[in-house]
Amino acid sequence: MTASPVAAEPVGAAARHGVPVRLAGLRRSFGTTHALDGLDLDLAPGELVALLGPSGCGKTTALRVLAGLEEADAGRVLVDGEDVTDRPVNRRGMGMVFQAYSLFPHLTARENVEFGLRLRGRPGARRRQRAEEMLELVGIAAHGHRFPHQLSGGQQQRVALARALAIEPRVLLLDEPLSALDAKVRVQLRDEIRRIQLEVGTTTLFVTHDQEEALAVADRVGVMRGGRLEQLATPAEIYLRPATAFVADFVGLSNRIPGRSGPDGTIRVLGQTLPLVAPDAAPGTPDAPVTALVRPEAVDLLPAPDGDARVLAASFLGPISRVSVTLPDGTPVVAQVGSDRLADLTPGTPVRVRLRPAPVALAS
Amino acid sequence: MAGVIRRRARRQRLFRWVVLTVLGIFFLLPLVAMLEFTTRGAGGGFSAHTWRLLVDWPKLTETYPDLSTGIRASFGLVLLTVALTLVLLVPTVIWVRLRLPRLRRLVEFLCLLPLTIPAIVLVVGLAPVYAWVTYFLGGSPLTLTFAYTVLVLPYAYRSVDAGLSAIDVRTLAEAARSLGAGWPTVIWRVVLPNIRSAVLSAAFLTVALVLGEFTIASLLNRTNLQVAVNLLGKSSATMSVAVSLAALLLAFVLLLLLSLVGDGRRRTLKKEIS
Amino acid sequence: MAVVTTMPDPGAQAPGVRPHPARRRVRLLGVVPFFGYVGIFLAVPTLVVAVGAVTGDDGGFTLDNLARLGDSYVLAAFGRSILLSAVTALLGAVLGALLGYALVTARPDGLLRRAVTAASGVLAQFGGVTLAFAFIATIGLSGFVTEFLRDRVGIDIYASGVWLFELPGLLLVYAYFQIPLMVIVFLPALDGIRPQWREAAASLGGSTWQYWRLVGMPLLAPPFLGGTLLLFANAFSAYATAAALVSQGSPIVPLQIRGALTSEVVLGQQNLGKAMALGMIVVVALVMWLYALLQKRSAKWLG
Repeated sequence: MTASPVAAEPVGAAARHGVPVRLAGLRRSFGTTHALDGLDLDLAPGELVALLGPSGCGKTTALRVLAGLEEADAGRVLVDGEDVTDRPVNRRGMGMVFQAYSLFPHLTARENVEFGLRLRGRPGARRRQRAEEMLELVGIAAHGHRFPHQLSGGQQQRVALARALAIEPRVLLLDEPLSALDAKVRVQLRDEIRRIQLEVGTTTLFVTHDQEEALAVADRVGVMRGGRLEQLATPAEIYLRPATAFVADFVGLSNRIPGRSGPDGTIRVLGQTLPLVAPDAAPGTPDAPVTALVRPEAVDLLPAPDGDARVLAASFLGPISRVSVTLPDGTPVVAQVGSDRLADLTPGTPVRVRLRPAPVALAS
Repeated sequence: MAGVIRRRARRQRLFRWVVLTVLGIFFLLPLVAMLEFTTRGAGGGFSAHTWRLLVDWPKLTETYPDLSTGIRASFGLVLLTVALTLVLLVPTVIWVRLRLPRLRRLVEFLCLLPLTIPAIVLVVGLAPVYAWVTYFLGGSPLTLTFAYTVLVLPYAYRSVDAGLSAIDVRTLAEAARSLGAGWPTVIWRVVLPNIRSAVLSAAFLTVALVLGEFTIASLLNRTNLQVAVNLLGKSSATMSVAVSLAALLLAFVLLLLLSLVGDGRRRTLKKEIS
Repeated sequence: MAVVTTMPDPGAQAPGVRPHPARRRVRLLGVVPFFGYVGIFLAVPTLVVAVGAVTGDDGGFTLDNLARLGDSYVLAAFGRSILLSAVTALLGAVLGALLGYALVTARPDGLLRRAVTAASGVLAQFGGVTLAFAFIATIGLSGFVTEFLRDRVGIDIYASGVWLFELPGLLLVYAYFQIPLMVIVFLPALDGIRPQWREAAASLGGSTWQYWRLVGMPLLAPPFLGGTLLLFANAFSAYATAAALVSQGSPIVPLQIRGALTSEVVLGQQNLGKAMALGMIVVVALVMWLYALLQKRSAKWLG
């Protein structure tokens, strides 16, 4: 029982360099809903891909199918070129971090980290040494003797990460590991996870519903919807050049401003002509009514006595502030401005709204 | 696909049905036997005579006067015990939570104490106390209420305590006080409505317990349902089995209702959260 | 209570406001009915038992009653009580745990689970006389199963004597309320087992058996043991079923106590009854104390 195929591999060989992972044509339905609808996803060796999407989009199912905790109705899972679709979860050598409460409550932090090595029949001294190293790596070496209920939520997740890494997994799977934590701890641990992932170089799939988190840690972000990928790209591209309206809407804050389609894949909004992110998405007929999705940082406000928009309110966010205004037709628009300009933008001030000439997406 | 996971689910389902079937037979057989026993006719055929008599109150009273006395006593005891338990326990537990938190441990200890004192032992100690009860209030079976309240204390306390733990009593009370409510108003109009289903569950448990109680009544020489049934068992086994079964089913229905009530509460809670 | 009044009560008052002593007394008035009631109907009976156990027929202090607990027939009754309780507790715990596990693998809000839980509640609390009659109707001399086996199968279950009304019969009947009680006390622990643990163990390379040996069983051992202890106390305290079923003699302690209570003939019997009652309290209190210890541990793990 103790000698699984994973244990036979040379220590660290796979983990140091990371292995490629391929999900091909995964399908999975629960009753009538399709959690996975032909999902294709490739992870490069050592890469961290974040799957992002609203609840029910299939991101967690994708991760669980890769882990072997769930079976796909169709499709293949390949790890390092090897088909592991039919291999049970305990023979896949995946390191998994769950949302919360996954530590064994009757074992100390160190014993939790040792657990996977114990299953592999590693001798006690080496087990202990490896566990200490891992606890050191995640920054809680001092708490190894504590039980899970004596640790904070953030510390528990660090231990869970150490436990997953201790077995030198071929792939690291993180299933919303931060969503049960406080905002501050969340940011801290998120950066830490990225640092550790870069250090060990393990190919990693990170599932989250928090777009800020996904953009901050990932090499590439996959935005999912209805069981398939809407867009898979670097964080900057996802944010700046969303491929679809859904991505533009889901990632970052967007204003919906009415406009009309113009020539050559452009639209006309607020008297300005702007290029489209995806020119193909423009309606065939010119001058058709469209709705543009515009980021707050692409909106500028110029106080002017003859301005036809009015400042409604402003919220101070430190160096920057968000100011909401209404257009003459009642459309609300949020602009992001430097906080030094707040004094000129008191509620009631008439302003002119200018859009930066960046490409915009269209709402569907 | 091979389906290790589905295979395991199938194995689990098989295990579930084997266990449920075997134990189900063990538990249902006596109930079926009771039904068969009470519908056995003179010549071995079917007869609903016993059950018809059981629902015909005047005739039942005439035929088995002790049984009808016992039934009446038990229903009286149910009402009185529920009332006394709730009146005694609910305000005290709320009050201790709000105003005397230091006493909470003591109250909990006292309420759970009857779990460690078997009813048969309690009777030994209650005998002299009941000499006084009889002296002041007479020998009516209804006086058993006092002993029964002690018996149900652990169950009722746990239920009410769980109900109070599920809400933030202190904040509720502070909010009500800041709006000008006095303490009686706080308890009656604010806290109590929020632990309604806990109180209801305490009441249901009390009903089930009192309907089934035999030890204390029997040894204090008072007639309740179970004492009467036991007595009757010697002369008319059929009727006593029928009454037993009826009481059992009544308690089952009550507890099933209780589980539905508790469920309703959880569902509304979930709705509020989402 | 004096201790309580001399201590400050930080929770109930705004900081810095020292409650007026008179106010504090008024506050304590709220719990007077409860403490009065519990005093009369719980504390006094307990004291009666404890004091009576060391009181002789002349009203003076004596250890004779307690010494008579060493009499062979009393010891034998305790022995049988403990044996009956231990066997039915173990049997009930194992079968109840299996049933509980079968239930948690079903849907949590399903009808099956709800019905079994409600039925368990009834059967665990509602033993007593009803149960005795249920078994008389089932495997009594003219019971349903007895007649079926005798007339159709040709097996006489009472060929070597009528055991239903003796200790073996009690074993069978007690199991009927022990199993449901185990279901009730063990279900919360089973619900406390998180699916993540099984998944984590599997992802770390553990087989099903390894999961149970290294995670499931260590986690469930305290609540299982605790449940067994509770079942023991439950069977040890039970009186009604035995009273209604056992026709001859007083094989177990509760029936011995009944004998001592109702017989006025033998002098000194009354207080021997109290000594036996005290003995029962000691056994049950010990068992319940251990139970509470185990509960505390499992609350930390599975709460």
